[in-house]
Formats: sequence, C-alpha cells, structure tokens
Amino acid sequence: MIKQLSVFVENKPGRLAEVTGCLSEAGINIHALCIADTTDFGILRLIVADADAAKAVLKQRGLTVKTTEVVGVALTHKPGSLYSVLLELEKADVSIEYMYAFTSRSMEYDAIVVFCLADQKNALEKLKGHRIPFIDAEVIKNMK
Amino acid sequence: MNEARTEKYWNRTVETMGREQLNALQEERLRGLVNRVYTHVPYYRDKMQQIGLQPGDIKTLADLKKLPFTTKTDLRDTYPFGMFASPMEDIVRIHASSGTTGKQTVVGYTYRDVDTWAECMARCLVMTGADKDSRVQVCYGYGLFTGGLGAHYGAEKLGAVTIPASSGNTQRQITMIKDFGTTVLCCTPSYALYIGETMREMGISPDDVKLEAGCFGAEPWSENMRREIERMLGLKAYDIYGLSEIMGPSVAQDCQYQQGLHVWEDCHIVEIVDPDTGEVLPEGSTGELVFTTINKEGFPLIRYRTRDISALDYGVCECGRSHVRMMKPSGRSDDMLIIRGVNVFPSQIESVLLNIGEATPHYQIIVDRVNNLDIMTVEIEVSETLFSDHVKGMEQLEKTISGQIESVLGITSNVRLVEPKSITRSEGKAKRVIDKRKL
Repeated sequence: MIKQLSVFVENKPGRLAEVTGCLSEAGINIHALCIADTTDFGILRLIVADADAAKAVLKQRGLTVKTTEVVGVALTHKPGSLYSVLLELEKADVSIEYMYAFTSRSMEYDAIVVFCLADQKNALEKLKGHRIPFIDAEVIKNMK
Repeated sequence: MNEARTEKYWNRTVETMGREQLNALQEERLRGLVNRVYTHVPYYRDKMQQIGLQPGDIKTLADLKKLPFTTKTDLRDTYPFGMFASPMEDIVRIHASSGTTGKQTVVGYTYRDVDTWAECMARCLVMTGADKDSRVQVCYGYGLFTGGLGAHYGAEKLGAVTIPASSGNTQRQITMIKDFGTTVLCCTPSYALYIGETMREMGISPDDVKLEAGCFGAEPWSENMRREIERMLGLKAYDIYGLSEIMGPSVAQDCQYQQGLHVWEDCHIVEIVDPDTGEVLPEGSTGELVFTTINKEGFPLIRYRTRDISALDYGVCECGRSHVRMMKPSGRSDDMLIIRGVNVFPSQIESVLLNIGEATPHYQIIVDRVNNLDIMTVEIEVSETLFSDHVKGMEQLEKTISGQIESVLGITSNVRLVEPKSITRSEGKAKRVIDKRKL
C-alpha cells in the first residue's frame, strides 16, 4: 500500500496553482497526479515522496486534505502488461474505483499504475496468491 | 381589464362602514376575543395573569396596547395545538407554515373561520372586478400552505368558476388559461412572470387569452414587477397580503387605485410598532405590522408580531372602502427569507447541517432569481470530516443535504461544496445570507 494525498479543490481559476505553489515553496516534488472532476469541484490526487510532510504544508494553507491508501503495481513497458494485471483482478472479482499511471526516469520500473480498489481491504485479501507485482511504499519514498 | 365592473363591493355595508362604526365593531369584537382566549387558552391566561391583567381591563381600542405581544416563539412553545381556542371537535381544517426551527407553525380553523376567510377572499376578488361569471385559476400550491385552499374557497364563495390548478406544470397551466377562458389568476408574482415568459415561448400572446386580473402575493415584489406582469399577461395585477398565522391570503389587498392594501378591519386590528421597543407608533410611521384577529374562533391571536415592515394610511380611499391601507411591506425585521412563497429561516438550514458533521460547517445561503424563479443555493465549506476521496461519496453528501433541506422546507435547493475559508467572513462572523434578487 502507498499513501496518496487527496485535496478538495473548487473549480475556479487559480486553485491548482495555489496547491502546487505551496508544494513548490516547501520543495516537495510531485511524482504523479490526477483529478476527478464534477461540475463544481474536483478531487486532486497526488503521489509525493513524503505524504505526511506535504499534508502538513497543505493543511497549514487551510486546504481540505486527506491521505488515502492506494495500491501501486509495477509494469514493464510492453504490450499486455496492464492487461495481465487487470485479468488477475477480474479473476479475483475485484472492482476498481479509480486508477492512474505514471512513469519516471528516476525509478527502477518502467511505469507504476495506482489503483484504488473497491472494498480495498477485502480486495487485497482476495488477491493474495494472484501474480501481481505490487510495489512497496519504500519505492515511492525513495523516488527523487 | 374591465374598469366598469371595478366599482362593486362584495359586502358594501362592511367595506364602506364609517370609521366610528368600524371602531365600535372592533371594540366589541376585541372584548369578545380577550374573554375567549382568557377562558380557552391557558397560555394567554397565564401571560395576562403574569402582568396582572383581567379581561375586564380591556374595554376600548386604546386598551389594546396593554396586552402582551404574541410571537413566532410563542407558537413554537405551544406546538402543535396549544393556542387553539376551540375544542378539537369544532376544528375542521389545519394549515401549517414553517417555523424558525424544525417545528412547523400549526393553525386551526372552525367551520365559521373557513367561511370568514372565504368572505375576505371574495371581497379581494371582487376588488379586482371579478364576479360570478369570472373563471378563477388558482395556481398557489394546495396543501398545508394556505395559498391554494384560501384562494379556492373565496372564489367558490363568489360563485366564480374555480379552477384548482395548484402550482407547477406551467405549459398545462397556460393551456387551461387559454382553453378554459381563465379571467383571474391567483399565484405568486414570480410565478406569474414565469407563466408570462412561457406563454411567449409557446407563441401565445396576451390577446389570445381572456385574463383580466391577478391576485399575486405570498412573496415580496416591486412596482416594476407589477408592470412587467401586467404587460406580459395583459391583466391588472393586484397585491394580496396574508400570513397563515392570521388567516392566509386575503388579510389585505389593494383596490383598483393601488395606493396601499386595504386590511379587512372588521376581522383584524392592525398596529404599527417599533420593532426594537415594541412601542406603538403614530399614524403614518413606518414600523412592524402587528395583527390582532378579532373575528376568529379556532386560532385567534393577540398582537401578533409579523416582522413585516410597513406603514398605515387611514385616509379616505377613492374606491369608497373605509378600511385602512397598509403599504406594501418593505422588508423584514428578522432574517426570514421568502423563497418561492415559502418562509425560510436560516436557522432551519443550520439545523439540517448540524446533523451531517461533527460540528456545524460554515455555510452561506445565496438566493437569486433566474428566469423569474427563486433559486436557493447553499454553499458549504468542506471540512476534513465531510471530505471523502471518492466523487461518489461527495455527490452523495450533496444529495443528502439537499434532500434533508427539502424535507424540512418543502422546497428544493442547490448544494455546493466549497473550500474552507472561501465564504467571506466579516468581523469573524460569516454572513449567512446573500440575497441577489432584484425586486
């Protein structure tokens, strides 16, 4: 399991700039991000090396922020590697709430896919014994 | 418009009664009222005894100011039937409006009260030129709200063809106006404008319909709106005033001269008081309207504080009616909002929000008028407790809040989740209501 930051942002100009601005001031590097959007607001999801430090910085700014546990899976850059992971999830009857992927030159894998699974605790139980290359929280912490 | 018919009265004797005679009638009825509540309403008896007042102390109209006020809080404290002055077996009708908190204000009518109400409403309709040949379409909501049934019984008493359309389904309303030959429309002024606009969209001009007059009320509106409605619907627009605590629509309405709303003084004594001190203000002053219902059995009230700001004019009216005219209410002395004809207190919304998080979130109520319909938006600052990483969860939160607001107020609202500190605070205190309506 890896830690993800979820930030509540209203749909208006300058909001994302403020969030990224205060991370910038604190010298925090963003490894990955995605936004779930609705008409009025979005939920910004971030992967950073030190989630707790970043959370403290954002909270101090008065932003609504939470840490969420998500699952990281390592992929190689070749056809079918995501498919094989999704196939295992299907076999175990596990649904995905949301997912996004990122890559970086500063890590040992070609790419990492971040999953938030439905009923995550039970889902992970079901996935035991399936061949899925989960990554460790340490991998993220060690990214530059 | 038919100017020739507008000189008529429904009840010439009462409506044109001389001031002296009218005051004598009021005095006699006031004495009866005080006796009635002292005998039948323990709440009033206790209030009077506390200040050492006996029914016999109230002899003339000048003695009225000795009596204590009745407020919305009194009605909440005696919820639901504590203010009723008739045994339940004599009550034939209940209506209710929203109170300041979760509890509704409940009013009861005897058979005679329903008839008195219909009489007052018939007078209002006749004031617009209506008669038994009129076709009156009532598009106020029917139900606990007094608008629908109040206008309905008056139209029937008049002997007019009464069309109980209730509110909503605007295209069907217009089809009825056209096909049934409706001559009088009863609804809120904002709905009248909306009907006018929809008519235009449907390609129906005011010349295609037979509308002559409209009794519009239950919410604040301006002279500009009046002219706009008259232009769009091709009728003469009348301002009708009422509140369920006193009776419902027909407490007062303007005549064809539209220089204030005639209050039916044989049924109500009206005073203007200083909203802060409660002191009765001299004739012509602006202050809070206070009503004493002197012709009611089931739910009579003594010196009820309406919180509506107005002034009174005892001058002789060209229409020949002797009953005092109140100016169109210019505002409220409390924080009540009237949204689509429904009374809304910010405290009611706060009570809903109290139940959703650990602490009441910061919120703001924004009222606007879009396409002539009132839109209420409740903005809520999202705290960590309310926040969830899932869009589904957040949308569910919005739905839950708007659902609960609807079940408390009976009207829909938009709920908008906003970031912490995004609601402006002045002197540390959040401004709860922003009313953008330009009336």
